[in-house]
Amino acid sequence: MRAVRLTVVTAAATAATLAAVTGCTQKSDAKAGGDHVIQVTATDDKCEVSKTEFPAGHVELSIENKGSKVTEVYVLFPDDRIVSERENIGPGTKQKLTAEVKAGSYEIACKPGMKGAGVRQKVTVTGGKSVKRDARLDKAVADYRTYVEQQAEDTLPKAKTFTDAVRKGDLKAAQAAYAPSRIGWERTEPVAESFGDIDPKVDVREDGLEAGQDPKTDWTGWHRLEKALWQDKKIGSREKELAGRLDKDLKDWQERVGKAEITPTSMANGAKELLDEVATGKVTGEEERYSHTDLVDFKGNVEGAEKAYDLLKPVAAENDPALAKELDKQFAALDKLLDKYRGDKGSYEFTSYDKVGKADRKELSDAVNALAEPLSHLAAAVVVK
Amino acid sequence: MTDTTSESANSRTTSRRSLLAMGGAGLVVGAAAAGGAVAVTRSGDEPQPVADTGGAVAFHGAHQAGIATGVQDRLHFAAFDVKTDDRDEFVQLLKDWTKAAARMTEGRVIGDGAYGGLPEAPPDDTGEALGLKPSRLTLTIGFGPSLFEKFGLADKRPEALVDLPKFPGDNLDKARSDGDLCIQACADDPQIAVHAIRNLARIGFGKVAVRWSQLGFGKTSSTTPDAQTPRNLFGFKDGTRNIAGTEREALDQHVWAGAGDGPAWMTGGSYLVARRIRMNIETWDRTSLSEQEDVFGRDKGEGAPVGKAKEHDAVFLKALKPTSHVRLAHPDSNGGIRILRRGYSFTDGTDGLGRLDAGLFFLAYQRDVRKGFIPLQRSLSRHDALNEYIQHVGSAVFAVPPGVRDSGDWWGRALFSKEA
Repeated sequence: MRAVRLTVVTAAATAATLAAVTGCTQKSDAKAGGDHVIQVTATDDKCEVSKTEFPAGHVELSIENKGSKVTEVYVLFPDDRIVSERENIGPGTKQKLTAEVKAGSYEIACKPGMKGAGVRQKVTVTGGKSVKRDARLDKAVADYRTYVEQQAEDTLPKAKTFTDAVRKGDLKAAQAAYAPSRIGWERTEPVAESFGDIDPKVDVREDGLEAGQDPKTDWTGWHRLEKALWQDKKIGSREKELAGRLDKDLKDWQERVGKAEITPTSMANGAKELLDEVATGKVTGEEERYSHTDLVDFKGNVEGAEKAYDLLKPVAAENDPALAKELDKQFAALDKLLDKYRGDKGSYEFTSYDKVGKADRKELSDAVNALAEPLSHLAAAVVVK
Repeated sequence: MTDTTSESANSRTTSRRSLLAMGGAGLVVGAAAAGGAVAVTRSGDEPQPVADTGGAVAFHGAHQAGIATGVQDRLHFAAFDVKTDDRDEFVQLLKDWTKAAARMTEGRVIGDGAYGGLPEAPPDDTGEALGLKPSRLTLTIGFGPSLFEKFGLADKRPEALVDLPKFPGDNLDKARSDGDLCIQACADDPQIAVHAIRNLARIGFGKVAVRWSQLGFGKTSSTTPDAQTPRNLFGFKDGTRNIAGTEREALDQHVWAGAGDGPAWMTGGSYLVARRIRMNIETWDRTSLSEQEDVFGRDKGEGAPVGKAKEHDAVFLKALKPTSHVRLAHPDSNGGIRILRRGYSFTDGTDGLGRLDAGLFFLAYQRDVRKGFIPLQRSLSRHDALNEYIQHVGSAVFAVPPGVRDSGDWWGRALFSKEA
């Protein structure tokens, strides 16, 4: 999980990479004054665009802030998801924003003062030239989408085993079913986070609540129940109610997850984000601070990252063979290290993280860094040239 | 900055990015000028007198920079453990590190820079040093005893690289001690030193992992006697009699490993002892002036030894208390032993009990640890009145190889080449 505010940022960033696809590497396409360049003049109350219709493909917004406030400019889908954005455009300065857009309706928003809905301009993108495609990457995306859907589907019955136990007031059974119910989520978390609204309902930690939110009434999801099961060791009516909420929110996830925008870049970035999750939440033992089942989440995150990598590998290995070799090596090393903490391969019963000492945590952290660093270069290796 | 970034500065309309790029291009000029000035006046082999604090120190030379070099104001010191068992991979890391180190000491970005590259990839350089001067950055590598248990190096381990014995009063934290490798980054700007370690650590992921690191905020020794002697956190001038970077003979006699001292790969190198010395700041501060001065054997204001008027007046040892720090550490009390000290004060916040977690990160270079730090510390650890106010909590020792000769050379080449 991430803190709520961070989730929103991540969702935005992910959406931006989703839609941007490969565009940013094709800077040379956007010759000054061509069809693909749109002048945007932002003031404190206006957002003027030089044209409201342009062909699909690579577009460049040449932005000038003539207002007195720092502004930001967005290209938005009709449902307000972000295609691309440029923040912190100071008064009197110029900035560029590039995006790869398909045909359809969009809005360009200027946000003087960097808040609110901003001043909007409707724009239309027409036929134009399409984004270059690689059949292998299309297959990778399709297979990954199937994987993500399958994970969500498999999670629902496991979550129900967990929530049923909570509803029955069976503390022991609920504790046993808790970590297994989270594996599918942990494997595909960046995709779920791209929706922005589900993660804060199901996977937020108490410290992730925003100022003004009351843990008693506003904290929902797995970790709220985790605290009840391990710290308070009590299941009351509120917990039973929250079990139902969790079922419902996960069902919502399962129904929507297939519609997520997935691109090779977002897959690669998602893999890196999964390792970020491990590095910031699991290695430290923060994620599962009551149940200490961090290593189960850890394994789920790594498996999800490995899946995305495996699917992208045919292209990545061609574009950057040294990177693929290093990733193979470091995934294998981390998997091997994690195996030390479970009885047999295939089992998801891992050593309780409070039993993992400082030196062993350091070893895990080193292995995560060793993988995450090359993984951060995967996205660049799957860009369509 | 790289040519690529200068190009992008020209080809783009004015934007924050291109403004930055132009700032970067400006830096090239500054760095080149500073580097040029250094190159004209001296090579890396020569001692560096007090320099323009923004300038560049030559990376290449017979000895590594960062030892006889005039002590910079700030430190980031990192010890690493080796994570790979592939010798070729480790050698490649040493080459990559050397290249990056040379660039950073010149005030240049590493790899393809901090921006302007592929938007899908993280930039090679982390960027926080953009627009800053080289700040006399030096990067100095050392090899710890445990490195010689790897890569079939056992017979290359110098005899002088001994494991330090336990000294009375040592309370060493394993997590702040030892290491297969170390890199000492010194600069006049703390951000430059931190940037260097951060980027080298990043290049090393998968091959090495940071074991521990230490920031130092104020030099406590000087290798430039004309400059004002810095004070340690006890408020006393420290290192008045340190070996100066200009004392060529003393350096050859006490600091640089000579031909025939040990394995040939160490000739021109040195041995480094690093000790994290925690100071009991609060109890020291409650100590009367006379006791403080007795403990050191110098007066607090001028730094003059007992019975003398000026800091640099010769010490008359018998006038000092037998347990005073200066008397015990003096070469005349130790058969002429001298070491080159390069330590830094540190404050890592407070310790949870409201006490400053502060002290001296002691760094000393010498020709042979067995004839330098060990006998000195044996004496000090037993008798020094200062022990009531300090505790050694971290310790490491490293063989510091000779300098990187030119752009074709790399850190540790002589150690890792087959014929060495």
